[in-house]
Order: sequence, then structure tokens, then C-alpha cells
Amino acid sequence: MIKHFLARQHLDQLFSVLSNAGYQVVGPTVKDNAIVFTELSHVEQLPWGRQEIAKPGHYQLTDTSTNRCFAWNTGPQGLKPWLFKPEQPLWQAEQTEQGLCFRQASIEAHPIAVIGLRGCDLAALKLQDQHFLQGPYPDPYYQAQREQLFIIAVNCAQSAETCFCVSTGDGPEATHSFDLVLDELEEGYLMGCGSEQGQAIFQQLTLGPQVSKDQLHTAQKQLADASQQQRQMPDEDSLLKLTENLEHPQWQDVADRCLACGNCTLVCPTCFCSKQESTSDIKLQQAEQVRLWDSCFSEQHGYIAGKLFRPEIRHRYRQWLLHKLANWQQQYGRSGCVGCGRCISWCPVGIDLVAEAQILVKGTPHEPTDR
Amino acid sequence: MNQPIASFVPLTTTLMDKHQESPGIFTLYLKLNTSAPFNFSFGQFNMLYLFGLGEVAISIMGWRNNLLLHTIRAVGRVTQPLVQLEPGQQLGLRGPFGYGWPLEQTKGKDIVFITAGLGCAPVVAAINHTVEHKQHYGRIVILQGVKHHNDLLWQTQYDHWQNTGNCQVLLAASEEYKHRYKWRLGMVTELLNFAEFDTENCAVLMCGPEIMMLAALKQLAKLHVADEAVYLSLERNFQCGQASCGHCQLGPFFVCKDGPVFHYPTVKPWFGLSGI
Repeated sequence: MIKHFLARQHLDQLFSVLSNAGYQVVGPTVKDNAIVFTELSHVEQLPWGRQEIAKPGHYQLTDTSTNRCFAWNTGPQGLKPWLFKPEQPLWQAEQTEQGLCFRQASIEAHPIAVIGLRGCDLAALKLQDQHFLQGPYPDPYYQAQREQLFIIAVNCAQSAETCFCVSTGDGPEATHSFDLVLDELEEGYLMGCGSEQGQAIFQQLTLGPQVSKDQLHTAQKQLADASQQQRQMPDEDSLLKLTENLEHPQWQDVADRCLACGNCTLVCPTCFCSKQESTSDIKLQQAEQVRLWDSCFSEQHGYIAGKLFRPEIRHRYRQWLLHKLANWQQQYGRSGCVGCGRCISWCPVGIDLVAEAQILVKGTPHEPTDR
Repeated sequence: MNQPIASFVPLTTTLMDKHQESPGIFTLYLKLNTSAPFNFSFGQFNMLYLFGLGEVAISIMGWRNNLLLHTIRAVGRVTQPLVQLEPGQQLGLRGPFGYGWPLEQTKGKDIVFITAGLGCAPVVAAINHTVEHKQHYGRIVILQGVKHHNDLLWQTQYDHWQNTGNCQVLLAASEEYKHRYKWRLGMVTELLNFAEFDTENCAVLMCGPEIMMLAALKQLAKLHVADEAVYLSLERNFQCGQASCGHCQLGPFFVCKDGPVFHYPTVKPWFGLSGI
């Protein structure tokens, strides 16, 4: 990919060109002491000179010595809430003189350009696309916003302690699904194009002279540094062994620590479970069906009248891990984990899914399955 | 898999008639407010919506005189008020969803139906179909278990299958039974010992509590019936019907899309495990 140089002082051009092209710019900013993706109007809102310290059960922003705006790796959410909305009206029902009438909820979507997505976020996007768009019932709400999405990805120049995208094959380099991609250097950005739409934006920017060998070398060095990660998820074949170890004592061990709060599923960029809620007005004339994010850590997740299919926390933790790492492979052709590490840092008790998976794939002396 | 008549947004349906089958079990006769044909397979399910209260997944019991039949046990937050609707009142419907019974693949074989409790509802139409097309099938054996003989739904239907349909009908009650020839005291699975069918050329279609189906599988194995001959219908938390909401997962399967009727060898590694 040919890359061109965009000086730091010209980053605001990218915002105005996107805005003139009709996009609402969405990107990272600091809110509530975390990196949060929100609608942005100017580059000053980016998290300049901020970095996160992420560890099991720990997320804290700190100042860095550099003046970069992508010196962090992840916030609690990536792209997921922008496409798969936490609360999505599905349809309305109305009691009319002609009888009970239903109508689909209005589909609200507008062009957004999201800046700052990482390799892990793009891998997650691909998986969410598979789930919401490529099954027998494409989701119209997801689809409408997905079609109006412009992506400016960023290659990670560093990794947080919780990152393990190298072992899942999803980072630190952004390799697909973007319109534009950036490497952030001290003096500015190396920019590459990934689509015709990206090219159209690219051509309107004041780009510097040819990228120097030094700059390319620095970008490569940054990626190499970011690839030095402490955690390694077992490979996919090993993860399939989880399904053979359903009675491993480690399931109980982790259940003793797990609060079943569902944080991991909410911050996970690939988790897709939802529940439906029905409401009506007090006159019983209008009713609405709304889809909300749900979590397999809820007891209700596996409930049917009179029976809980996963009554204990160990069943629910097992469901999450088994689905994410093993059964996902059968459903979508790969593991559902993209190595972002969000579930590790946002777990209030610091459960490290990589460490758990490493123990659980090893198996245990054979015990008969509880059938 | 049939294309749903309504997949995302419910279709208005009108309750035309309601029949109480037993204490707490009702059959709703629904008229679909559309001229489009309702194509379904026996064993598929619909999502029924009660205004303001929500949806509930109910298997299709049958189709009679242009009316859709659903037999419902009033046990839950939605089903209890649902069965209290009166003729003329309306509800919503999405569906049909999932895969039904394999009535084509099983032609030429003896067919054994094993059901317990309300598990008979998703199977009744399939039994009727095989009885009506008996020339395509071998012997038809119908086994149904209940707690008390009064719990048996559609008594006349069973009589009809036995007398007119020339089927072997065996009934079991675990608590109290009638002293009549086709009734036995005990579990439905014990009836398999009296069932007359070709264990090497049969199809077994099961629906009921999983514990019953597990016991039946053990019994079938003793009789040397191959796993490949067995199909079963599973029940899970269905909220979307579209393999999207995630609740109905069983191992790698979305029961709403890959089932609810499964070929047993497909689902065998995951079936009957506790807490899955």
C-alpha cells in the first residue's frame, strides 16, 4: 500500500473534508476518565497525550510524554454500539378502529466517519457483519447504518498490557475493512487508502512530500513494538478442546470469582445477544417492542417457563467462554475473540479470559460427563 | 425451511375460537389477516404476541379450515393472559420459524412417535399426515405418556388413529391410568418394549421433556435402533426466531434456526448435558 504523509497540523483538514462530504465524524475523546467514541466536531477533542493503563480489573488514563492522539489502545466500547444499538425499537403496535395494527420502527441511520478503530475493532466488525447481515434474516437496522459507515483505522503503535491481538491474528496492524488507515508518528500521519470512498477523501487533503524511508521504518518499528504482547490466546484448534472439558474443575474455580455482572459481554465487541422488551401506554392503545443488549451471564438468558437451563454461574461462564472461543468457530468459521482485552480490564474482579482459557484447554483427568 | 409469512414485524391474527383441552391447556384457532398462503412444516413454531405483554414461542399444532391451531399451556407471564383472550380479539404472529419433522426422508420406514405431556402438540399434525398417507410409510406406532389418564389430550384422536388409522397406540400414565387395554402404568419409555416396529428400518420422532427423551434414547439403544433413525424436537428460550438474539443456543446450534427438530446424531454431543 502506498502511503502519504499528512502533517499533524493538517489533521483538522481530514475532519472538515469528511464533514463536507456529509459525514458526522465519530472518534475517541476522554469522558469519565476513559476513552469513549463520540461525535466530534474538532481535532482538539481527540485524546491528545493520553494513554490507558489496562490490567486485569483495572483501566486508568495517564499522560504520555508524546503529543499523540492515538497513544491508547482501547476504550470500553469500539464500534459495536454505533451499528448494533444498545436499545433499538423494532416495531410498534396500535389498537385502532380497524383492529390491531403493526408497523416497523423507523430506521434511523446517517453517514458517520469513525476515526481511531484498531485491527481488533475491524475483526469484530467483520464478525458482527456475519452475524447481523449474512444469516437468513439480515438485520435492517444494523444494515442501514453499516451502509453509511466510513472507517479511518489506526495501526497500533503500542500495546496495552491486556492486548493479545497478535495471538488471535487480528492486530496490531489494520489490514481490512477500512477506507483510510493511519500510522501515527511524532510529526504527523502516514495515510493509506483502502477503498474508492477513501480515495475520494484522500485526494482532497494537503498531503506532504513522499514518505521518507525513516518514516516508514518508524511505522514498522512501532508495529513491531506493538506486537510484543504478554498474553497469548491458545490457537483455535486448542480452543476446540474446551468442548471436551465441560466438567473441568476450573469452571467452578472461575465461577467462585465471577460476579455474573455481564460487564465482559457488554464491552466485548463481538457479543451479540439481545432481549426484547414489550411496553404499552397506560390506555393500552400503543405498544412498542424494543431490542436491548443482553448478556448470557443473566439467569434469565436461558429461561423458559418453569426452567433455567443455566442455573449456576459456572454454567453461564462456561456458556460465554465455550461460545466465544469454541462454538463460534462452528457458527462463523473462526473464534469470536479478537484479542482486544476489554473483558479483562473491565471485569470488576479481574478475571483474565486468556489465563482461564489456557488452563481449560489443558483438560483434566477423565471424568464422566454429568448427563 | 419455509419463508416466514412475517419475520420482523408481526402479522395481525384474529382469535376465531378457543377450546379448553384440559385444566390449563387451551387450543387457539387463529385466522391470519392476510390473503397470502401460510406455508409451514409440521414441527415449526410461531412467535405469538399479546398486546403490550410480549411474545412467546408456540409450536404449530395444526391447520384446519383455513385456521391456524396453537395448543398452549397457561404457565407463563404471556401464556396465562393469552389463553384468556376471547373470540374476536386479536394478537400478533411472526413465523413460521425453524425446521419441522422429516416426513419426506422417512418414507418407506416404520414410524414411531414418542411424546409426553404437551409434547404431543407439535407432533399431532405429523401423525395425522403419516396416517393420511399411510401407503408411503410402514407401521405407525404412537406412544404417549401423561401423569394422570385425565391429562390425555385428544382422546378421540388417539381412538381414531388406533381404530381407523390402523396404528399401534400405547398410552402410559405415571400416576393413575385407566384399566383399558392400551393404557399402562409407568413411563412412556417403557412402552417401547411393547411397540411393534422394524428396529432396522424405522424413524423415531420424539417430543417432550428432555429427561423423557434421554430415557427413550437409552431404551432405543437397547433395542438396537440406530441414532440415525432418531429425530427430536427441542425447546429453548426463543425470543427472535432468527438466530440473532442468542438465547436458544445449544453448543454450536441456534435451536430456533437449526431446530427445533433435530436429527439426533447432529445434536447428540450436546443433548442432555446439564447446564448447557
